Amino acid sequence: MTIARMTTSRRRLLGTAAALPVLGLAAPAIAQSGPLKVGMITTLSGPGAALGNDIRDGFNLVVKNAGGRLGGVPVEVVVADDALRPENGRAIAERMVRRERIQVLTGIVFSNVMLAAAPVILPAATYISANAGPSQLAGEGCNANYFNAAWQNDNLHEAVGQYVTQKGLRRAFLIAPNYPAGRDALTGFKRFFKGEVVSETYTRLDQLDYAAELAAVRAAAPDAVYIFLPGGLGINFIKQYAAAGLRARTPLFGPGFSFDQDVLPAVGDDALGCFNSSQWALDLPLPANRQFVDTFEAEYKRLPSLYASQGYDVALLIGSAIAATRGRVGDRAAFAAAVKKADFQSVRGSFKFGNNNHPIQNIYMREVVKDAQGRVVNRTIATAFEAHQDAYAAQCKLPA
Amino acid sequence: MTATLFVEQTLNGLQFGVMLFLMAAGLTLIFGIMDVINLAHGSLYMAGAFVGATITARTGSFTLGVLAGAAAGALIALILELTIIRRLYARDHLDQVLATYALILTFNEGVKVLWGPAPIFLSAPAALAGTIEVLPGIPYPTYRLVVIAAGIGAALFLGWLIGRTRAGMLIRAGTTNRETVQALGVDVGLLFALVFAVGGALAGLAGVMAGPILAVQVGMGEQILILAFVVVVVGGLGSVRGAMAGALLVGLTDTWARALLPTLLRGLLPPASADQVAANLGSVAVYLLMAVVLAVRPQGLFPRHA
Repeated sequence: MTIARMTTSRRRLLGTAAALPVLGLAAPAIAQSGPLKVGMITTLSGPGAALGNDIRDGFNLVVKNAGGRLGGVPVEVVVADDALRPENGRAIAERMVRRERIQVLTGIVFSNVMLAAAPVILPAATYISANAGPSQLAGEGCNANYFNAAWQNDNLHEAVGQYVTQKGLRRAFLIAPNYPAGRDALTGFKRFFKGEVVSETYTRLDQLDYAAELAAVRAAAPDAVYIFLPGGLGINFIKQYAAAGLRARTPLFGPGFSFDQDVLPAVGDDALGCFNSSQWALDLPLPANRQFVDTFEAEYKRLPSLYASQGYDVALLIGSAIAATRGRVGDRAAFAAAVKKADFQSVRGSFKFGNNNHPIQNIYMREVVKDAQGRVVNRTIATAFEAHQDAYAAQCKLPA
Repeated sequence: MTATLFVEQTLNGLQFGVMLFLMAAGLTLIFGIMDVINLAHGSLYMAGAFVGATITARTGSFTLGVLAGAAAGALIALILELTIIRRLYARDHLDQVLATYALILTFNEGVKVLWGPAPIFLSAPAALAGTIEVLPGIPYPTYRLVVIAAGIGAALFLGWLIGRTRAGMLIRAGTTNRETVQALGVDVGLLFALVFAVGGALAGLAGVMAGPILAVQVGMGEQILILAFVVVVVGGLGSVRGAMAGALLVGLTDTWARALLPTLLRGLLPPASADQVAANLGSVAVYLLMAVVLAVRPQGLFPRHA
């Protein structure tokens, strides 16, 4: 199945590449300098490959729907795989920014890659994040040329903390891997959770069997279990949680990362009834979102994930800024000002940037259910936060 | 600490222990009889898991998948012995480590080519998907109980094979004094191939049984291989009895450390740092156990030259 999917997407990529020169000819005004290049550094291999794959596909969908253009200007999306290695991300950034002179970049999935590449990118180009939102770039270290159009890393965890408190669930059992992002995630949850933390359990980052932790959960009998276990870790945990018979006893919560379309098909029915947070949802009743979900499914024969929605939104955002500056992305102050206006129809609905160039947006709670066609999907059940801003914005010196 | 938690964590430790035993039994026999360090033993575990997952998906029968996984482990082990390992018997351990490490890389890339890089998530068969009340008020996943039973079954079979059959007698003789067995005219080549195949079958069985609990993915063998080596060292090289004792000890230590340390440390430290210290200590508990055993009984718990 994976092999088949790889082949089709490669063929599509070749098709897109072949179509680009033709589109360039159709736009004589820009033809002398070739299409405007947008750099996409993302993770396309290894355990995080599904995330980068969805961001790229979401982004490319906007370009394709507009006939190879963003903001009316023909563009070429230059994609490179960082394989989740910070040193690769930095080397690719150097190549794109210094050699190819690309001035608009996006796509990095993981915060450690982002932090390695930022010092190379930001002095020379504008970066608009479609995923990674490390706190280092949101507070004192914020930057006029760095935007995040997805979320600050803590946001989705904060939303669950808030929702669990609202629901009157008093005793929470928290589980995350023992590494910086795992500890940050639980800090984010605790920032808005007002009840008692029964246990803060840190597991090995390579751990795949959670039997001991599940037994501890059963013995503690909490009101809620919160997990931040990215990728395959989460898949194993959710399956084992169901197998241990805990799903019927204690509701399981997590950020949307552990419960979206990149993992739900693999987990299947075991994820039903779990709650998770996201700034976007498949069923948000907005015309822009309906169009996104329908065209994505028609193009790629699968449902989009939140990562795909983020890639799609970043493409729309970049398009809006290109249109406002008439393609003169080299005037960085003007381009950044145009990006900051966020003059685009986000698939998540209301969206604007705070002073630190990070989102002010709603965060929704979703429940995993079966849809009419028997697919395991998310249904929006509540709004945890309206117009939520991250905790670091006050430390940023940039003007609003 | 409640009785529920005690029973459940003990079962968890047993389940992890029998999985480790299936891996360690082959490893310790191969090391004990042929004096070969076979790092590629984890690859047999991975191969068993992938073949088992494929057959389960094709036929819809998990039982067939388990049999196919074990058979694949045995067959691949046999082919490896006949083509590559056989040339390594006379070499020193460093050459063996190098050659079998190369096999790990080859197997991992081969599996990527055949099955792709994405993990396969197996589900336990529907009949074993729920929980059983092992004691009143203590539900436990049925599938994990089946794993424990299968592991004990495999241990009994191995005990019979080694203790009661002629082939087993030769294996025991081989671990004690290989040269004498050779001098008595026993077909050592055949014996070695048999041991390798049995070890491979157990590793393949472990791999496919692990499938529904963990995930079937490239590199899954290396993770368990390291712990299997710890088991072999703790139990004593070449001793199947030692492998059983070592496996259960390691399985229970790992599970108990993860289960108990947070509660214990919360009495001594503030909660946040207690959880942090517990996580760090829990992940090294098994190696502390090994260090203690090495200090007290350098030959392991059941040394072969008793």
